[in-house]
Amino acid sequence: MLKEPQSAEFLFAISALNVKNKKIQKLYSILFLMMTLLLILPVLVILGTLIVKGGSMISIDFLFTDPINGMTEGGVFPALLGTVWLVSLALFISVPLGIAAAIYLSEYASDNWFTRIINLAIINLAGVPSIVHALFGLGAFVMFFGFGTSILAASLTLAIMTLPVVIVSTRESLQAVPHAFREACWNMGATRWQTIRRVVLPNAVSGILTGVILEVSRTTGETAPIMFTGAAFFLPFLPQGIFDQTMALSLHLFVVSTQVPNVPDALPYAVALVLIGMVLLMNSLSIALRMYLRGQKKW
Amino acid sequence: MARLESSNAQMDDLFDKRNIDWYFDKLVKMIVFISGISAIIFVIGIFVFVTIEGMGFLFEGFSFTEVFGSEYWEPSDEDAPEYGMLALIAGTASVTGLAMLIAIPFSLGAAIYIAEFSTGKTREYLKVLVELLAAIPSVVWGFIGLSIMNPLIIETFDVPVGLSVLNAGIILGLMAAPIMTSIAEDALKAVPDRYREAAEALGATRWQVIYKTVLPAAKNGLLGAILLGVGRGFGETMAVLMATGHSVNIPGSVFDSVRALTATIAAELGETAVGSEHYQVLFSIGIFLFLITFIINLTADLIVRGVRNQ
Repeated sequence: MLKEPQSAEFLFAISALNVKNKKIQKLYSILFLMMTLLLILPVLVILGTLIVKGGSMISIDFLFTDPINGMTEGGVFPALLGTVWLVSLALFISVPLGIAAAIYLSEYASDNWFTRIINLAIINLAGVPSIVHALFGLGAFVMFFGFGTSILAASLTLAIMTLPVVIVSTRESLQAVPHAFREACWNMGATRWQTIRRVVLPNAVSGILTGVILEVSRTTGETAPIMFTGAAFFLPFLPQGIFDQTMALSLHLFVVSTQVPNVPDALPYAVALVLIGMVLLMNSLSIALRMYLRGQKKW
Repeated sequence: MARLESSNAQMDDLFDKRNIDWYFDKLVKMIVFISGISAIIFVIGIFVFVTIEGMGFLFEGFSFTEVFGSEYWEPSDEDAPEYGMLALIAGTASVTGLAMLIAIPFSLGAAIYIAEFSTGKTREYLKVLVELLAAIPSVVWGFIGLSIMNPLIIETFDVPVGLSVLNAGIILGLMAAPIMTSIAEDALKAVPDRYREAAEALGATRWQVIYKTVLPAAKNGLLGAILLGVGRGFGETMAVLMATGHSVNIPGSVFDSVRALTATIAAELGETAVGSEHYQVLFSIGIFLFLITFIINLTADLIVRGVRNQ
């Protein structure tokens, strides 16, 4: 039984409906594009404003001279150096710990209630407000362990706060290594650790690196956790060791924009620009590395 | 029988792999296990240390009606300090509420566009852009509120102060939106393509596919994204400290200055003497914040996990 040939009117009606649907679809597409742009464009305008207002003050001199005249003139060198101190020490603590934790979760842990609790703890560690981390750092490291307000106490606080970033990204890159690689290695008689050390880690190392760079960026911008644990508003000298206080770029921005009178307009903009420049540079580096790796992947 | 046993022992010796590598392997296993549970230890540690410092107030000076019923926050009054947190809670709630009002529709819209409408290079660029926006530090957002939004609001709405619920809400909304966008986008992407294909085969248009098929399937993931956004807004410190105006006040309109719970700790902790009542009160706000975010994160996790198990 052949179907009756469709009448011309019916075919025309269908194509008219298609045209109408296409139009509606286009409309929706544009609507959602507008929403996306409304989210992104204001921020780009704001960043542009920062560059216009602070860009003129940025120079090599600004980065490498001390603030003078009650922080109303001069550069940001001690704050920049302090941030480098804090971030390096925090990384030194959290990277080995985070990688080890990720190795446990990816290579050893089985999928049971205990692993779920660990995952929940990681999510929570990332979700606890930064000011609560600051209270913890003050109670635990500054007072209980007696480190005082110092680079060490601040870095420990930062390290714990950003630990989830390392764990999550490392775990992802470890799990991206195909399971067959491990099986091949076990069949050769290698122990679990030998397999991890010789096969899994070398194949995941660049993925881990992107996570670490991301953590540098996060740690650089944090302000609240270091306010009471080790960062000072102003110090006339540079820190000599990990038990000294230090200035930090993020706190410096807060201080020059709210606490110091008679600051020239451009100065806080310039400090914000240096901070945001560091953070975005690190993030772009991490994204570029990730894209490069995706292109390189052999399996 | 005895011979059999001894040969078993010999076999055991033969297959005994306990050389130095074996012991090293066990050692490594122990080290990574301890590192693995460090996250649990830290979360418990945070709760314990913050509670120990704030406990004195909770057990002695704490009165439920004062703390949650009074709007008078006068901790530095020497004769009769008052610790009513109603205004602080109202401040946090109003700013977070406005921020979500802005962030939820736009971040969901952006996630739908990136996951369902955009293609190829455009999608890549948008995702990178969203990721970069999420990286801007909160103190920079606070500074933006203080120096760019403040004069803008004063000029546009002709109001005397620009540091207000409106300012902080917009700042916090812009801040939370990129993170919510990427989580929501992940949730949309987790919906299997065969759902979309099935709907399209039935003659649904792109929007019908999204509205009738993809969104219901991704519902839980999207809810998780919203909850995490609420948690972020709730716990944000530096941006609200700088953009709210920081005056204790139950807001009557979006142009009123307020003060948030987090910002109160950040602003006052430096001035208090260790162990004083004011100091303990600030730590007990910390306990409160910890518990609230703990519940929000737990709920978000349970909801998102529900999606995966389906």
